[in-house]
Amino acid sequence: MSNTSYLIRGARPLGAAPADLLIVDGLIAALGAEAAAHAAAGGATVIDARGQIMLPGMVDLHTHLREPGREDAETVETGTRAAAKGGFTAVHAMANSNPVADTAGVVEQVWSLGKRSGWVDVRPVGAVTVGLAGERLSELGAMADSRARVRVFSDDGICVHDPVLMRRALEYVKAFDGVIAQHAQEPRLTEDAQMNEGEVSAVLGLVGWPAVAEEAIIARDVLLAQHVDSRLHICHVSTAGSVDIIRWAKERGIKVTAEVTPHHLLLTEELVRSYDPVYKVNPPLRREADVMALRAALADGTIDVIGTDHAPHPSEAKECEWAQAAMGMTGLETALSVVQHTMIETGMISWADFARITSTTPAAIGLLADQGRPIAVGEPANLVFVDADARWIVDPYAMATKGRNSPFKGLELPGKVVSTFFHGHPTVLDGELNTPVPTNGDL
Amino acid sequence: MKHLLSTLDLSRADAIRILDIAEEMAAVGHREVKKLPALRGRTVVNLFFEDSTRTRISFEAAAKRLSADVINFAAKGSSVSKGESLKDTAQTLEAIGADAVVIRHWASGAPARLAATDWIDAPVINAGDGTHEHPTQALLDAFTLRTHWAKVRGIQSSGTDLTGMRVSIVGDILHSRVARSNLWLLRTLGAEVTMVAPPTLLPVGSGSWPCKISYDLDATLAAGTDAVMMLRVQGERMHAAFFPNAREYSRRWGFDDARLATLDAADSAATIIMHPGPMNRGLEISSGAADSPRSTVLAQVSNGVAVRMAVLYLLLSGDQQRPAGN
Ligand SMILES: [Zn+2]
Repeated sequence: MSNTSYLIRGARPLGAAPADLLIVDGLIAALGAEAAAHAAAGGATVIDARGQIMLPGMVDLHTHLREPGREDAETVETGTRAAAKGGFTAVHAMANSNPVADTAGVVEQVWSLGKRSGWVDVRPVGAVTVGLAGERLSELGAMADSRARVRVFSDDGICVHDPVLMRRALEYVKAFDGVIAQHAQEPRLTEDAQMNEGEVSAVLGLVGWPAVAEEAIIARDVLLAQHVDSRLHICHVSTAGSVDIIRWAKERGIKVTAEVTPHHLLLTEELVRSYDPVYKVNPPLRREADVMALRAALADGTIDVIGTDHAPHPSEAKECEWAQAAMGMTGLETALSVVQHTMIETGMISWADFARITSTTPAAIGLLADQGRPIAVGEPANLVFVDADARWIVDPYAMATKGRNSPFKGLELPGKVVSTFFHGHPTVLDGELNTPVPTNGDL
Repeated sequence: MKHLLSTLDLSRADAIRILDIAEEMAAVGHREVKKLPALRGRTVVNLFFEDSTRTRISFEAAAKRLSADVINFAAKGSSVSKGESLKDTAQTLEAIGADAVVIRHWASGAPARLAATDWIDAPVINAGDGTHEHPTQALLDAFTLRTHWAKVRGIQSSGTDLTGMRVSIVGDILHSRVARSNLWLLRTLGAEVTMVAPPTLLPVGSGSWPCKISYDLDATLAAGTDAVMMLRVQGERMHAAFFPNAREYSRRWGFDDARLATLDAADSAATIIMHPGPMNRGLEISSGAADSPRSTVLAQVSNGVAVRMAVLYLLLSGDQQRPAGN
């Protein structure tokens, strides 16, 4: 860890009154009036952060880093640079790499690549089933016991469809307090599906992805989670009906959490009329009414967290016909701005709520000990400083991710990440990537 | 008009203009020398990612009657071969100097995508894309309907639309680009449309379309209709549980001899029966109906050449310099 100390002046913790902050040796050493007076402040680098909002570093439960196997799309290095630039200090790397992260060996590989890169904590997600094939359970325990300490398991990209297998997975991970993150998509109801099923798909002649295909799986899985009393997490909720089911489940005390992506909070299926594959994503963009229901659910706590579902693709995967195109959008570097735009500027949530849905709760779901912590003395200095008044125009070519497939291209959004501190070290300064945390060779 | 991608965004003025020019073009087809010099020296590429001999031949005949050079480019199997992308193909055609691209594609939206990118600058004509649209088929159907509707009313067809005409579109609406294109164009031209199909073959969301929806062909015929447009049922769909079997489909939604007799008995002399072809005789249409005097199947084929001549002429000749709306 860095030995350097930083005195950050005038930022507003969670949007509250301005307070100085002293970081020493990776920890928050002092906060408020005593920060500047602290003995260690003498040698500190002083950073003027007046007007900026201070937040706990963001934690993503749902990132596709593509390595190993698809390094042309993204690597752990480029993906974590993008994460740092977007204000994240931890990401969960989804298991659908090649080879699939279904053994202790692969998750340790991803974990150590993350460690070596030093931009954010990389927490590998383990596959629920071998090869994502949906037939046999992966070595869930070995992954949990590995140095990567996997706690989130998911076949994301594919639904764990077999109800018996889903039940066994939910039961088994209780042994190490794991959680199954389900990509809810009934496969038969979504064969060849290209976009949300409804009036727009009827006109465009694209095979529909009906809302019920998501809702039916969520309904089944919350009942399974109740039956075996285990933790279930629903990935990228996209429909108003799903929200209703999750709300019902929570009222009954079922241990279910849910995430929504930034793009599902803003974009609708109307964009598909362009046939521009940058809008092709799984689950698909839905109707305006769904977007509004998702926002309301995030505001009232029915949906717990933001998950970016950052899914970079090489350009050839998107420069083609809609039906040929890969599904997915990049999201790490626009998440904060899109959530500010859709949730804070609409008055639906506060910056304190923002910290809960982007940091505290995702860290709690993933059982990350030193992430998502309160901004308080003695806590690890995983922090992000935001200029909430800034506005910027999204340019996919100016991003740190390899993927150019941002659905927000050309859009003006509020909120800029000015700096990100990862274990007390500025990975981002003045809106630009700085340096990663130096590794101590403790891999 | 820079491209012809769909009938949804085709204005009434442009549609009538195409039909009027098609009437002039049809007259050429009746001459001894069936050729105009209008597009001499221009190159039209038929880019077919999906087989359709009928449509390709129709476009080829249209281009040749306008003295254009035609290149047929069959990009078969490219749905699986990653090597040859739509982008690569388009850039090749641009380099060759294609003046217009007639594209048939298995993927909905492929022509729109081609037109929206900077891969190629030439006008793009959608010759059928996935289950989205087939605008020249709709235009030739509208041409056929307008000729008939004018005759019924004893007026000249040129310059007129289809106001007051009742058209029934029957069969596999879900997978039919012809049905979609026809619906938008018929509405633009003032006709009333009824879609008749089993519920499994109507898209979710079609309830908001500007037409009546019926599951009952007999009731629709009894209510009176000026044209019945039968859609092709694709054999492979029958195994996908859209309906129990061919016999049941044909009994409920096929235009069989009994329904033909009902039309005759009801003194609906002016009702025509249309089909975009190729027909499944005995499934969606009986031979008796297909070969009856009410059938416009062959007229549709020859009208297809005239309409495609009109479209190529409008998009490629100097005529497009004149403001044509859009
Ligand atoms: Zn997913």
